[in-house]
Amino acid sequence: MGTKHTATALEHEHATHHDHAHDHDEHHETFVSKYIFSMDHKMISRQFLITAIIMACVAMTMSVIFRMQLAWPGEKFAFVNALLGDKWAKDGILDPNMYLALVTIHGTIMVFMVLTGGLSGTFANLLIPYQVGARDMASGFLNMLSYWFFFVSSAIMLASCFIEDGPASGGWTIYPPLSALPQAMPGSKLGMTMWLISMAIFIVSSLLGGLNYIITVINLRTKGMKMTRMPLTVWAFLITAILGVLSFPVLFSCALLLIFDRSMGTSFYLSDIYIGGRPLDNVGGSPILFEHLFWFLGHPEVYIVLLPALGITSEVISTMSRKPIFGYRAMIGSMLAIGFLSFIVWGHHMYMTGMNPFLGSVFVFTTLLIAIPSAVKAFNYITTLWKGNVQYTPAMMFSIGLVSSFISGGVTGIILADSALDINVHDTYFVVAHFHIVMGLSAIFGMFAGVYHWFPKMFLRMMNKKLGYLHFWITFVCAYGVFFPQHFLGLAGVPRRYYTNSNFPMFDNLVDINEICTIFAIMGALGQVVFLFNFFYSIFRGEKAPQNPWNSNTLEWTTPVANIHGNWPGKLPEVHRWAYDYSKPGQEHDFVPQTVPLADGEHDGGEH
Amino acid sequence: MKLLVLLAILLLIIAGHQLLRIIELSRGLKKTKEWQLTNSDNNAMGRGMLIFMICFFSFFFWQVYRWKDRALPSSASEHGFKIDWLWDVNMNFIVIPVFLLTNFFLFWFAYKYRGNTNNKATFFAHSNKLEMLWTIIPAVALTFIIIFGLKYWNEIMDDAKDPNKVTIELYAKQFDWSARYTGKDGKLGTTDYRQIDGSNSVGLDTNDVLCNDDIIVKNEFHIPVNREVELLMRSRDVIHSAYLPHFRAQMNCVPGLVTAFKFKPVKTTDEMRKDPYVIQMMDGINKQREKFGKEPVIFDYLLLCNKICGASHFSMQMNIIVESEKDYNEWLAKQKPFKAVASK
Repeated sequence: MGTKHTATALEHEHATHHDHAHDHDEHHETFVSKYIFSMDHKMISRQFLITAIIMACVAMTMSVIFRMQLAWPGEKFAFVNALLGDKWAKDGILDPNMYLALVTIHGTIMVFMVLTGGLSGTFANLLIPYQVGARDMASGFLNMLSYWFFFVSSAIMLASCFIEDGPASGGWTIYPPLSALPQAMPGSKLGMTMWLISMAIFIVSSLLGGLNYIITVINLRTKGMKMTRMPLTVWAFLITAILGVLSFPVLFSCALLLIFDRSMGTSFYLSDIYIGGRPLDNVGGSPILFEHLFWFLGHPEVYIVLLPALGITSEVISTMSRKPIFGYRAMIGSMLAIGFLSFIVWGHHMYMTGMNPFLGSVFVFTTLLIAIPSAVKAFNYITTLWKGNVQYTPAMMFSIGLVSSFISGGVTGIILADSALDINVHDTYFVVAHFHIVMGLSAIFGMFAGVYHWFPKMFLRMMNKKLGYLHFWITFVCAYGVFFPQHFLGLAGVPRRYYTNSNFPMFDNLVDINEICTIFAIMGALGQVVFLFNFFYSIFRGEKAPQNPWNSNTLEWTTPVANIHGNWPGKLPEVHRWAYDYSKPGQEHDFVPQTVPLADGEHDGGEH
Repeated sequence: MKLLVLLAILLLIIAGHQLLRIIELSRGLKKTKEWQLTNSDNNAMGRGMLIFMICFFSFFFWQVYRWKDRALPSSASEHGFKIDWLWDVNMNFIVIPVFLLTNFFLFWFAYKYRGNTNNKATFFAHSNKLEMLWTIIPAVALTFIIIFGLKYWNEIMDDAKDPNKVTIELYAKQFDWSARYTGKDGKLGTTDYRQIDGSNSVGLDTNDVLCNDDIIVKNEFHIPVNREVELLMRSRDVIHSAYLPHFRAQMNCVPGLVTAFKFKPVKTTDEMRKDPYVIQMMDGINKQREKFGKEPVIFDYLLLCNKICGASHFSMQMNIIVESEKDYNEWLAKQKPFKAVASK
């Protein structure tokens, strides 16, 4: 750190508690109860993280395969054949059905397994009890179930990639009738059934986790931890959990009706269909109903993915700028506003679906409103940097990367939210560029920031800083390199989910843009090896972490450097101030932990 | 060969392991820990942020310049001009300036306020004035966007009212399109999906006499210039999307529903082929086709499928020919009505 003092008053205080810590920790644990069916929030958090990393690697490999197909259609790649076999990649040429399957499973894994389960599961689990001063989650047992449902769901999703007809391939949005009719494509046979089962189990996991997070934040805050003293991370996890609890059940009902249509002959989403050489009996349903139900989850889902990342960034930017987060209350307000608005904007995914255009107008209005709290957040981050003393840990680098991608991807949202402008770019690569930058990059950067920042709390060791820098620059440059040019594909009218753009002449002049995207994608994917090495190496052989390596104010850094049950040996800490007293005038150090009582005449919450 | 690769990997792992041992051993000798930040770290990374910004912005302008002849040509339909105008205003006055300015401030501050052991941050926790400022400015900008956006949206999505309109039904199925014209009576006959068979591919209701003179075409369809075209859309199996990028038109085709979109083409196919921008764009396309070893092509309007619909989604398209009223009528007269085709 730039500041030289590492020892704090707290460290001394807790040093005396270390002996007690052993008494607490010594009840007998088997391997199974400690590492597998653990009910400890810290272990569950690590389980979520490592599962998510594995899933992310799978999804990333898939994306490299289909990016190569897009850049060099018809080329033979031995490694594609090695991964997919002769059935799906004869001679190394990707099969069109497998292309769609890869796109679908890449999207599903990234959105649900990595950025919902992985991101919230890891950091809400780790940080909520730590930062509100609780011994553990409200229900350790439900928390354990939450992870194991997530695990089973991920396992089923992976298993579906190995069945004869291939996994679900109707796009991650699985619009019926394509997903409902096995005659429509091979991926709508057993693969789709497994997708739906996996998703139903995932929803259970998400609900168990979400309810736990909400209850823990509301009931288990330590003495003095008022809602307005909570770190923004906890606020973000709380709002995310509320969004999840309110919207995932709708996805469940949506999936359930699809299961009925698929296997029990109902017609919720089906009508007037002639397929496979014969007319179907189903009459009276509507795929538009599915779209409404799906996007009623689907849009809040975007913020379920993004808000935890923004929460993590708020904490990291403030700590590393050595400045209070600018506009703490405005940050909470804008997160609440975003959370609320996210429930009344789903129709902007449906402007071109045949939904009544008048309804579209309403959604234009509500959608564009979201730009206001989002802008407030971006400007507040930038102002937090202003006149700061910015400490460039890898976590801080990724946080700045997040703010940049949040802006760059956010501004094109203004175009897409405007239904009149959406007509011509709907479902083109312009949309792909937009949501990958604003949701993919930002959320992944937030996740990386969280991993680098809280690694010392998770694994009690430090990650390597220089490898972190290397990883950041490769990722940051390549991520923009992959997705920025895709705006230009969208401007040329290239539709999404095309197996090749060279089947007819219209897009032949765009080959080099696709090549640029793919080359960056391959480099970016290889760059993640740096992270994987750093991560797994540091777990076992990284330098030992001190108690508070980043000179941070929040409660998790007052716990001893050990994973003990109950988090704090002895009494729970008492909170006396908000989490952002960095560089406060009149203080000895440039940080004042939340446990330090207010001096006479000292104000809390940013006043001084 | 495989053995060699394996051997090389093995050697790499051993070398890596030894290197790590050395790094780990040398760790103990240093006073500062590897993870602790030094001023030179902060300087390097702060400058890195600034350099990144310069490269990022250069990359952005390079793309705009390099790919300026790649975007769709300017609109070929009347309402499309409004969309293009609104797009340009939004892009040039809001999206791009905000993108450049806020990114600039972000990276500039990241560079300027890079950490140093001698510095101390300023305690600045909030300012109502500033926060009001960046709530109100976006709100004002958004008001403009919403007002114009909705005005055009309502105009574009309104029902086709022109008495002189041409009504065409686009029928989508895995994986091709057909278009149906009203024929002499000016009316499309009713449909019944249960009657679909080899000679009745779009499922016309054969009991309805209005169907008899309907004209069904495949591969390409013609429309007259400067007349309102009302597209009605149906689908046989799954959701498709009728995307006519040159006309700034798009609408999903949903089984069980009839959806609609109207537009007025203002440039014939021939006029478009003579447009300087289109010539330049086609040059680019033909240059690339030469590299592929494919024959050169001339410009054509295209109808694409823009909603994932199965394995051959990527190949589902249809040519559109926009021509003068006279040519259009001549072409239409040559097409056979449904009854004549079916009774063959």
